[in-house]
Amino acid sequence: MMQAQGKVIKYGDNVDTDVIIPARYLNTSDPQELAKYCMEDLDKTFIDRVNSGDIMVAGRNFGCGSSREHAPIAIKAAGISCVIAKTFARIFYRNAINIGLPILECPEAAADIKEGDEVKVDFDTGEIINITQNKVYKSTPFPQFMQELISANGLIEYIRKQLGINN
Amino acid sequence: MGMTMTQKILAAHAGLDKVQAGELIKAKLDLVLGNDVTTPVAIKEFNKIGVDKVFDANKIAIVPDHFTPNKDIKSAEQCKYVREFVQEKEIVNYFEIGQMGIEHVLIPEKGLVVAGDVVIGADSHTCTYGALGAFSTGIGSTDMAAGMATGEAWFKVPEAIKFELKGSLKPWVSGKDIILHIIGMIGVDGALYQSMEFTGEGVSALSMDARFTITNMAIEAGAKNGIFEVDDKTIAYMKEHSQKPYTEYKADEDAVYTKTFEINLDDIKPTVAFPHLPDNTRTIDNVGEVKIDQVVIGSCTNGRMEDLRVAAKVLRGKKIHPYVRTIIFPGSQKVYLQAMEEGLFKDFVEAGAVVSTPTCGPCLGGHMGILAKGERAVATTNRNFVGRMGHPESEVYLASPAVAAASAVAGKIVSPEEVM
Ligand code: SF4
Repeated sequence: MMQAQGKVIKYGDNVDTDVIIPARYLNTSDPQELAKYCMEDLDKTFIDRVNSGDIMVAGRNFGCGSSREHAPIAIKAAGISCVIAKTFARIFYRNAINIGLPILECPEAAADIKEGDEVKVDFDTGEIINITQNKVYKSTPFPQFMQELISANGLIEYIRKQLGINN
Repeated sequence: MGMTMTQKILAAHAGLDKVQAGELIKAKLDLVLGNDVTTPVAIKEFNKIGVDKVFDANKIAIVPDHFTPNKDIKSAEQCKYVREFVQEKEIVNYFEIGQMGIEHVLIPEKGLVVAGDVVIGADSHTCTYGALGAFSTGIGSTDMAAGMATGEAWFKVPEAIKFELKGSLKPWVSGKDIILHIIGMIGVDGALYQSMEFTGEGVSALSMDARFTITNMAIEAGAKNGIFEVDDKTIAYMKEHSQKPYTEYKADEDAVYTKTFEINLDDIKPTVAFPHLPDNTRTIDNVGEVKIDQVVIGSCTNGRMEDLRVAAKVLRGKKIHPYVRTIIFPGSQKVYLQAMEEGLFKDFVEAGAVVSTPTCGPCLGGHMGILAKGERAVATTNRNFVGRMGHPESEVYLASPAVAAASAVAGKIVSPEEVM
């Protein structure tokens, strides 16, 4: 069963890819290097206070802007185990699924969860449990095809399976 | 229930007679695109798949445009990595410095996209090619890798919003003002996951350059793609630039749209998007006193001939304000050469502007015009996010080439009428 649990770091609406990872750092694609600058232009303290397993919660249109996969890569490499938002920008959504960063759309949870709350997510059921506030929210489960992508651990593994490559 | 233009193109490429909004499909790709920032990540993923060859060496295009000519050692290493892959896989459509341009100006110019195509690009502004009546959308590097290996991509069939254009534009009003007006109206997530379909008798009054500017910014409304109905101008453009056969798709009479907006082009005024979101728009008469430090004219949004001609018309015989730096970056080598032959560079240089080689450069805060803390720029680009053009406390105001050029002269944001 796939689960995530951690403390919440919370942001607002329209968190764009330029603040997730500013273009001045795009001259590398090394995840650890990118993680160092994650969220820098929005929240300089992020990288110092994030702990492995923490959950990011945000408002509408998370990840809007450029197609840079460096954005979900940086978030994942910084240790974030899951992003919950009211809505995601579509390219970010695709990229996160394709690289295996779990993300969930849940307007209720995104509005209710507070910075610092301890939250547990069950990806199989789509259930989000707010341990601090003792509440449970239900997110829409992924469609079948996306579940296949996630269980294959991303698009690349999925394609390898489809092409019958197992070297 | 009928299909939208986008749905028809997707159905044809999925080998289906019919598709419905929300359906997940696999579509065949006519072109897979990448740049110097996204392709290195895609190559790493491609190598993990374990196939030797790309699906079709003619149907991949790679354009090093973001940090080129390379701004530092790291970006040079990235380009070298891409170049080695291109040579090894014998990718035909690679455009080296000297032939390149900003990808979304270059690709249509090279005739690599025509009406009815399905295109994915590891760059969010890949939606630009919808101006030609193609389905074209931005994706990430992993999708690019998968596309290069298999020639296919997965899509959720989108719903659509219809924009019916009527009338014609007033002087000094352009495609940029139309799209800023629309984004201001529907918001940066107003078309999230959806297509923006542009139709109506007002379309015929718009040049191809104006249409490219409009579809370019569909992503700034959160859209999956923007698309124009094909008309005589589209066909003339394709005949001039491409040998590829095209297919024209019209929406069914009974196609379903989530919303329909009637846009009367006569009512549109020059529009400026204030920091830090493209939907934070004001018409030029409501801008107030905004002093500026820099003007940037160019990019994949407004780096085409029509854009440079308007800017030159405003700047001709005038002097740029002494406290304003003006940087003009044409979209491609072809645009560069034509602007030079038309004498536009003379107007720019005599007015006190610099002309850069085609590059993304300042648009994404890469190089060639980074802003310091507290500085303000008027730019004809497409994004004004926090830190987009430099320091997180700098500001970008998005506008048309006419407004940008006029503002360069005035030292503050003004309408072209004020300096002419
Ligand atoms: S000009 Fe700007 S928006 Fe266009 S492709 Fe380059 S960086 Fe992206």
